[in-house]
Amino acid sequence: MEIKINRETCTGCSLCKKVCLYNAIEIVNGKVVINESCTFCGACIEACKFNSIEIAGLSEDKKDFSDYGGVCVYLEANGSVIADVGFELISKGRELADRLGAELSAVAVGNSIKNEAVEGFRYGLDKLYLIDNPVFSNNLDDIFAMALAQVIKKYKPEIFLAGATAFGRTLIPAVAAMLKTGLTADCTGLEIDDEKKILLQTRPTFGGNILATIVTRNARPQMATVRPHVMEKRIISEIPPDYEDKIEYIRIDGSGFKTRYKLVSMDSKLNEKINITDYNIIVSGGRGLGEGNKFSILRELADLLGGVVGASRAAVDSGWISYPHQVGQTGKTVNPRIYIACGISGAIQHLAGMQTSDIIIAINKDPDAPIFKVANYGIVGDLFEIIPKLIKRIKNGKLMV
Amino acid sequence: MIKIKIVVCIKQVPATTEIKIDPKTNTLIREGIENIINPFDCYAIEEAVRIKERLGDPDIEVIAITMGPSQAIEILKEAISVGVDKAVLLSDKAFAGADTWATATTLARAINKIGDCSLVLLGKQTLDGDTGQVGPELAQKMGIPFVGYVSNILEMDQNKMKVKRLMEDRYETFEINLPSAISVIKDINVPRVPSLRGKLKAKNAEIPVWGAEMLGLDVNEVGLLGSYTQVVKIFTPQIKHETTLIEGTPDEKVEHLYRILKESHVV
Repeated sequence: MEIKINRETCTGCSLCKKVCLYNAIEIVNGKVVINESCTFCGACIEACKFNSIEIAGLSEDKKDFSDYGGVCVYLEANGSVIADVGFELISKGRELADRLGAELSAVAVGNSIKNEAVEGFRYGLDKLYLIDNPVFSNNLDDIFAMALAQVIKKYKPEIFLAGATAFGRTLIPAVAAMLKTGLTADCTGLEIDDEKKILLQTRPTFGGNILATIVTRNARPQMATVRPHVMEKRIISEIPPDYEDKIEYIRIDGSGFKTRYKLVSMDSKLNEKINITDYNIIVSGGRGLGEGNKFSILRELADLLGGVVGASRAAVDSGWISYPHQVGQTGKTVNPRIYIACGISGAIQHLAGMQTSDIIIAINKDPDAPIFKVANYGIVGDLFEIIPKLIKRIKNGKLMV
Repeated sequence: MIKIKIVVCIKQVPATTEIKIDPKTNTLIREGIENIINPFDCYAIEEAVRIKERLGDPDIEVIAITMGPSQAIEILKEAISVGVDKAVLLSDKAFAGADTWATATTLARAINKIGDCSLVLLGKQTLDGDTGQVGPELAQKMGIPFVGYVSNILEMDQNKMKVKRLMEDRYETFEINLPSAISVIKDINVPRVPSLRGKLKAKNAEIPVWGAEMLGLDVNEVGLLGSYTQVVKIFTPQIKHETTLIEGTPDEKVEHLYRILKESHVV
C-alpha cells in the first residue's frame, strides 16, 4: 500500500503541501514527493485539483456482511436515569434505519432502568433489549463491555451507536476491541451512503479545525460514539400499548459478570455544578475577568438564566476556577443553546470547544478579539459594566411580569 | 522484590495550538506547523516519573514508547530529559495510516515485548486525532483493566492502585489490581521542565527502533492495512461570521441583550 503521485498530471502547484499538517509533502524538481511522515489522512487527495494523488493498494471491502442488519443504539444509564444522548441517538438512528429500510433497536444495561428505557419508544424505537440486573448498578467498564458485546454478537446490528460521554468513550472502545471492529470517536455527523449502504461518520479532528468523514472497512458493526447534544431528539409517537411485545428481556447470570474494578467511593454531591455539557446556557469567563473572585458575577448571571459557569484555559490555569469548568480543546466541548463569552479573547483552542453552540454572545473590550468572529452577537465593552446591568435588567424584567 | 515497570505511550503531533485563522480568508493557516509532544502525554510522563519518585525505588523503570516516523525520536528524548529511564521508537513504513485499532495492536505488542509491565500510562487523548480510544483498546487487547480520565493516583504499590477518575458530573474512586492501564487528565499534575542533567542524558540516550518484523507483526495487522476505519474525506468546517455588533450606550446594549435572551425564552 502506498500513496501515489501521477507525475504526468502533477503540476507541482503545492496546493497539497498547503493542507498537509504533517509536513509530509515536498516539491522536488517541480513534482510532489511524499515523505515518511505521511499518515494517509487524505487531506492532499481532497486538495489536489488535478486528481494526481491516490492511495493505492488498499483492497475494497470484499467480506460478506449480509448477516448483519439494523441500527442499534446504546442507552447509557447513570443509576436508573438514562442519559439524554441515548434518546438523541434513537432519533438519529430512526433516520438512518429508515434510509436502510432496517430495524431500529436499543440496548439498555443497568439496574431498575426499564421505566426510563421504554421512553425510547416515543422516539421511534422498534425493539428494546433490556439487561436489568443489580450487578449493573454502577458504571464499571469491563462488565458493561461484556454485556454489550454479547448483545451485539447475538443480534448483529450493522450499525451501533453510543454517546460520546466520559463513560461511553472508555467503554465502547473496549467493546469494539472485543468485537474486532472499527470505532469512530465523537462523531458530529452521521449519514448513509445510499449507493454503498454504509455509514459515513463525520467527526471534528485537530481540535475542531478539520472535519473528517470516516468509514468502517472489512468489519461489522460500524460503530461510532456520538457527541451529546448534537443530534436532535424528537418525540414522534406515544409509547405503543403493546410495548411489552417489543422488549426482549436478556436474563443474565450475575455471577458470570465479575468486575475487576472495586468502586471505593463516588463523589457526586459536589457543591459546584460541574457537568457543564448538560446545561442549555453557559456563561463563560476568561482572562478579562482579571481575578478569580470576579467569577461570582458570572455565576449570578448563570444562576438567573438557569445555566452554568464555564471558563477559558487562561482562567483555569490562573487558578480562578476548577478544571471541570474549562471549555476548549484541553477541556470540554460544549454546544449549549446560548453561550455567553465574557472577557474571552477566543483562542482557536477555546473556539474548538464552543463554536457549535446555537447562539454565541461575546462581550469583550477588544474589538479585534477573535471571539467576535464566531459570535452571533458581539458587544464591545466592559463586562463589569454590562453584566451587572444585565443582571439588574433580568431581575426587574422578572418583577414586571 | 518484583521490579515495577511503567510504560508511557506518547505521540508526536502537529502543534494545532499554533494553528491560526487567516483573518482575510477565514481559513486555517496550516503551513509551518511544528511537531510537538502531545500535550496530554506530558501529564502521563510526569505522573510516571512521580510514581517512581514517590515509591522511592531506584529499580522502578519508566519506559516511554511512541509509534511514528523517524523524527518522532525527538519526543522520546524530551521524555528522557524529564526523567524517563528508557525509550523505544516504533517506526516502520507499514505503520503509517494506522487507526486507533491498528495503533493499539502495535503498542500492545511492543509493551508485551518489553515485558512484565505493571502500569501503562497514556494522555487522555491526542491533539490531532482527539479520539481517546487507543488506551481502552490496547488495555482490552492486553486483557488488563483500563481507567480513563484519571485526575489522581491516590495509592499505588506493586500489586494494586487506587485512582480517581473524572466523569461529567462526579468523581469515582476505584481500586484496581496491576497490571492496568490508565489515561490521565490535565488536573493530575504540573509537568516539570527538563533539567540540564536530563537534557544531557537525553542527548546521549540510545533509543532502539522496532519495526513490524521485530514485533512479530504482519504488515496486514498494522498501519492503514490493519485498520478497520479509513478516512474518506477531509474538509474545513465553515466558520460562522455573521456577527451582529450590538451598538449604543451601555444601557442600550444591555436592553438589546435582554431582548435576545427574551426571544430565546431564557428569561
